[in-house]
Amino acid sequence: MTLGPRNEAQIIVSILAGETQLYHELIRPYERSVYMMALSFVKNEADAEDVAQETFLKAFHHLASFRSEAKFSTWLVGIALNEARSRLRRAASVRMASIDNTSQEGGRIPPAILRDWREVPSEALERMEVQQMLQKAIISLPEKYREVFVLRDVEELNIAETAAALSISVGNVKVRLHRARVMLQKQLVPLLSTLNPKRRWIPWF
Amino acid sequence: MVLNCKHVWDCISDYLDGTLSPEMRDVVQKHLDHCEICSAILDSTRNILILTADDQIFELPVGFSERLHARLDQVMTS
Repeated sequence: MTLGPRNEAQIIVSILAGETQLYHELIRPYERSVYMMALSFVKNEADAEDVAQETFLKAFHHLASFRSEAKFSTWLVGIALNEARSRLRRAASVRMASIDNTSQEGGRIPPAILRDWREVPSEALERMEVQQMLQKAIISLPEKYREVFVLRDVEELNIAETAAALSISVGNVKVRLHRARVMLQKQLVPLLSTLNPKRRWIPWF
Repeated sequence: MVLNCKHVWDCISDYLDGTLSPEMRDVVQKHLDHCEICSAILDSTRNILILTADDQIFELPVGFSERLHARLDQVMTS
């Protein structure tokens, strides 16, 4: 549960006035989303934890520069994004690895065609394999699609906030978001529809 | 204006976000009402978004909070 913008603003004022212990309370609701953000970029748990810790430390040191007209969560996500990106750049300069191998912006990605799909029951999420399947699919998106998708559909920023966080246009957010969603649909629907044997992907008889 | 399936696929994301113009939304809706393939694609995409927005996807590692707050304490008291 978040504290609400007014309480948050009051807590931040108190922290800046010297009650630093309140910082623990301030960030508790955001631990998970900062970690998710980090993990979807750096792709392994140990590095993601590192990035998350650095994010919260940096936010603490720069708390005085937080402007209360922004949302604290959005501000934190921005710091996490920078932290994750700079770590990726450092790693890439060591490995000379290419992160983005499908960089063409144009062209259409056809979705997975299916005949009998209703829904994936939410109980499915209790299964470790399903969680891992979704996590893997998000993580495997090319970087520029992954960052838009994670901000918009996992962190649930709106389109304008996503555009601001990534310094790209609203139009670009929409295009990349669409492609990311279709890529996930294409990749996941055939996998997820095997979960319930009563709903076959292709009729057998 | 008549849309084919491929045009509708291009609109799925905007349809889900409610960012289509009212006219376009009507046309897409009419197509979806009679096209099972497109409505299945729409439903499956929507379901995937519901699943990926679920917090359970990215579980925090065991001890994550304890380590984080211990490190913060170190910094705050130093």
